[in-house]
Amino acid sequence: MVDALPSVDTIWEWLECVPDPEIPVVSVVDIGVVRDVAREGGKTIVSITPTYSGCPATSVISFEIEKELRSRGLQDFELRRKLSPAWTSDWISQAALAKLEAYGIAPPSAAGGPSRCPRCQSQDLERISQFGSTPCKAQWRCRACLEPFDYFKCI
Amino acid sequence: MQQDALFEYLLRLGDNTLVLGHRVSEWCGHAPALEEDIALANVALDLIGQTQLWLGLAGEVEGTGRSADYLAMLRDVWDFRNVLLVEQPNGDFGQTIMRQFLFDLWHVLVLDALQASSNTQVAEIAEKALKEARYHLERSSDTVIGLGDGTVESHDRMQAALDLLWPYIGEFFEPDAIDLAAQENGVGPDLSRLEAAYREQLDRVLKQACLTAPTDFFAHKGGKTGFRHSEHLGHLLTQMQWLQRAYPGASW
Repeated sequence: MVDALPSVDTIWEWLECVPDPEIPVVSVVDIGVVRDVAREGGKTIVSITPTYSGCPATSVISFEIEKELRSRGLQDFELRRKLSPAWTSDWISQAALAKLEAYGIAPPSAAGGPSRCPRCQSQDLERISQFGSTPCKAQWRCRACLEPFDYFKCI
Repeated sequence: MQQDALFEYLLRLGDNTLVLGHRVSEWCGHAPALEEDIALANVALDLIGQTQLWLGLAGEVEGTGRSADYLAMLRDVWDFRNVLLVEQPNGDFGQTIMRQFLFDLWHVLVLDALQASSNTQVAEIAEKALKEARYHLERSSDTVIGLGDGTVESHDRMQAALDLLWPYIGEFFEPDAIDLAAQENGVGPDLSRLEAAYREQLDRVLKQACLTAPTDFFAHKGGKTGFRHSEHLGHLLTQMQWLQRAYPGASW
């Protein structure tokens, strides 16, 4: 017997192949914006939450997810916006935190600032701006290697 | 709560973030330092994002098919329901930061209260926006303190900004029929309770910033009711809305 529809687990695996449009080393699942995959009858419902309410990547993420699911042959699905509970940087997976750092973005830290320079690991750091190149990041600089770097804001 | 009153209430929330978001975006490419430019643009982006949520919900509640974009781009001055503070011109950097601080402080208090709204959609948007507003308040209060307690020049400019904007605070807390309807139905908070918390936190920051609060409690009104906006809003709208006015329905 053959199932007519891919399992929910399979769809999660497909979604793990969709990169975040602004930080392509992590997936939309890694970053915690895909909140749920469920079935309503024969229809697949994918719930997505924005990181920041004005994040321009949100519409691109929806587009990329739709493209991925269609390319896998899934026809009957719907993307739903889910606002609550509000996105938190705590939802970024452990594996993704390491990938962020390797990519040069200091991962979020409850201390309110990066714990070390993602390039040289020095802890002698200074904040340049509470905001950065995207809504989810702030600008910091390492006083040891003098390189500025992005820090993923902890919210 | 009656649908038409709820629509008005949502317009107030959405128009505040829309008009302030547009004002702040006017700094893009002009701020005194690159880092400040990025910060202001990001604050504007958050506010415009929140506007999409509030005005989107307002359009749903109204039920005549008007979208968030339509409400933002195709209403005229007298249909806007933002408080007068947010439409005030940017002035110098100090004036912009003072306006932001006075707004952020109110915004955090009101969003925090709205998380407990009897309307689930309102509560969900408030929960989302609150995280962003708290981050904005952290920056604007730090900057008010830094500039107020800075050089003689920066202190004098911040004091002048406070004196100029002071009469616009009162409008936040003066309830009218819409505010009272929201309060009675558990949709919105009791504004008089918010005012006590606001004044207390404001005093604390102003003290750290070495700034003196005016003692006059006169307040300009007419923004959130739409009765009388200041002349500045019309000028702002001519810039913000020109594309949809010149090419109605244009999209890309």
